[in-house]
Amino acid sequence: MFTSLKRIFHFGWINFSRNPGPNLAVIFVLVIVISLVTSLYLFQRPAKFLIEAIQKKVDVSVYFKENSSEEEIFKISQQISKIPEVKSTEYISKAEALEKFTERHKEDPVLMESLEELGINPFLASLSIKALDTSSYEGIISFLEKEEFKPLVEKIDYYQKKSVLQKLLFINYQVNKFGIIFSIFLAAIAILVGFSQIQLSLYNSKQEIGTMRLVGASNFFIRGPFIVQGIIIGIFAALITALIFGGALFLLNPKIESFVPGLNLLGFFTGHIFVILLIQIITGVSIGVLASSIAIRKYLKV
Amino acid sequence: MIKFQNITKVYPQNIIAINNVSFDIKEKEFVCIVGRSGAGKTTLLKLLLAIEQPTRGKIFFEGKDISKINSRNLPKFRRKIGAIFQDYKLLPSKTVYENIAYVMELMGRSDREIARETLQILEIVELENRSHNFPNQLSGGEQQRAAIARAIAHRPQLILADEPTGNLDPYHTQDIIRLLKKIHKLGTTVILATHHGEIIDSLKERVVTLEQGEIIRDEEKGRFII
Ligand SMILES: Nc1ncnc2c1ncn2[C@@H]1O[C@H](COP(=O)(O)OP(=O)(O)OP(=O)(O)O)[C@@H](O)[C@H]1O
Ligand SMILES: [Mg+2]
Repeated sequence: MFTSLKRIFHFGWINFSRNPGPNLAVIFVLVIVISLVTSLYLFQRPAKFLIEAIQKKVDVSVYFKENSSEEEIFKISQQISKIPEVKSTEYISKAEALEKFTERHKEDPVLMESLEELGINPFLASLSIKALDTSSYEGIISFLEKEEFKPLVEKIDYYQKKSVLQKLLFINYQVNKFGIIFSIFLAAIAILVGFSQIQLSLYNSKQEIGTMRLVGASNFFIRGPFIVQGIIIGIFAALITALIFGGALFLLNPKIESFVPGLNLLGFFTGHIFVILLIQIITGVSIGVLASSIAIRKYLKV
Repeated sequence: MIKFQNITKVYPQNIIAINNVSFDIKEKEFVCIVGRSGAGKTTLLKLLLAIEQPTRGKIFFEGKDISKINSRNLPKFRRKIGAIFQDYKLLPSKTVYENIAYVMELMGRSDREIARETLQILEIVELENRSHNFPNQLSGGEQQRAAIARAIAHRPQLILADEPTGNLDPYHTQDIIRLLKKIHKLGTTVILATHHGEIIDSLKERVVTLEQGEIIRDEEKGRFII
């Protein structure tokens, strides 16, 4: 049994190494599919990174009416701080709000001029509330919408930022969904191409398969080498893809890091290299084996 | 060892290749099957290898009806037989060496044994310096010798030789016949189909003569008369 397996692997390797042309074509298609699957896996990283970054920035701002006093606001602030989901509250006074605004727009003389012409501070005092978790904002808001705060609260500003976050989550979901559908689609193409390539080479060896049967080869010995060939093709495709990704990330990582500070994709790649390789090899080998076993079925009925 | 019982083979379009043929072959016998081109020699050997099924009649190998061998056991049965095909049927993607080693590899022989036997056979058929060539790189006679080498290398109980000297020069023909005789002496059953008259006459073995699918003569120490 062991010698038979060894021989089947040897025959498979010979099949593979003696016709590089068709094998390379299959490998090429597989590299594309595996690349896509790998990208999907890697995309998790920046997506998560961005979502976390935005989640950090999300807060609820409560703007208070012109006539509300600081004491009243502090009282509310203390009440809010007692809610367990709240991480922090920050009071921004009218003066601070104006300061911040002038700081942001000091380059814009038109805006500054009109502000000066106004002669008064048009900004409202506000509390900026950060929650431990994005999902708790709904609760915090309903707390603020209570009847007792109505006379003081001008508006609660949350929805804008929330929609950005939701959009991002939605995009992430869509990318994943379409990525998976697209991968399946490409995998089907790869199976078809692999299948027809193997069938082509099988067509040439149709006679040979017949002869193998005449001299007493069992199905196992005829099918085996072709399946091994599929395995070898899959492994080669996986390794080539891993090299391409490793090389590309190595070259691009400084750019990515300067673009999105703190996002180290190369580190993520090398840190997860075994998982990534495993995903790649499983993808490659299963498609390779599937294609070759579908193709051989037809010719085994000699 | 082999029994043909009322065998008839009709190919599509009503071509009667073998017509109600019955005869026995004993263990360790050397049988020549002669007949004109189209007489049915190759068909007879194909029936014995279960490549073709008889239209009527039964063939027994070691007492077993070969039509009853299931597809699982068919490879094993075929490995008991070393067949030299008229059209060689070498494996085109394998080298001469690999062709010869192939059946032994199927049988699970050890690498060392396979290497030893293969090299020995290559020497016998004088193809040592062609061992790493592919069949399409060989001359007709060289291919024929490679086919012979493949058929005998695993030491089968029975050798079916269908026109094994058709493409050989007189020197190699004599060699191959001498080799078949030697293998026979060592205890192998040999069935030789040929229309090479001189060989038959010099062999002085049993001759079965076919004509249009029927046996017209079956003689011990026969001569070539068609
Ligand atoms: N697959 C087939 N389909 C139809 N007819 C066939 C087939 N194979 C052989 N025949 C016919 O059967 C007859 C016997 O053929 P066979 O090959 O047995 O002859 P043979 O004695 O081996 O001839 P040769 O000496 O030329 O090799 C021939 O008339 C041939 O045309
Ligand atoms: Mg013939």
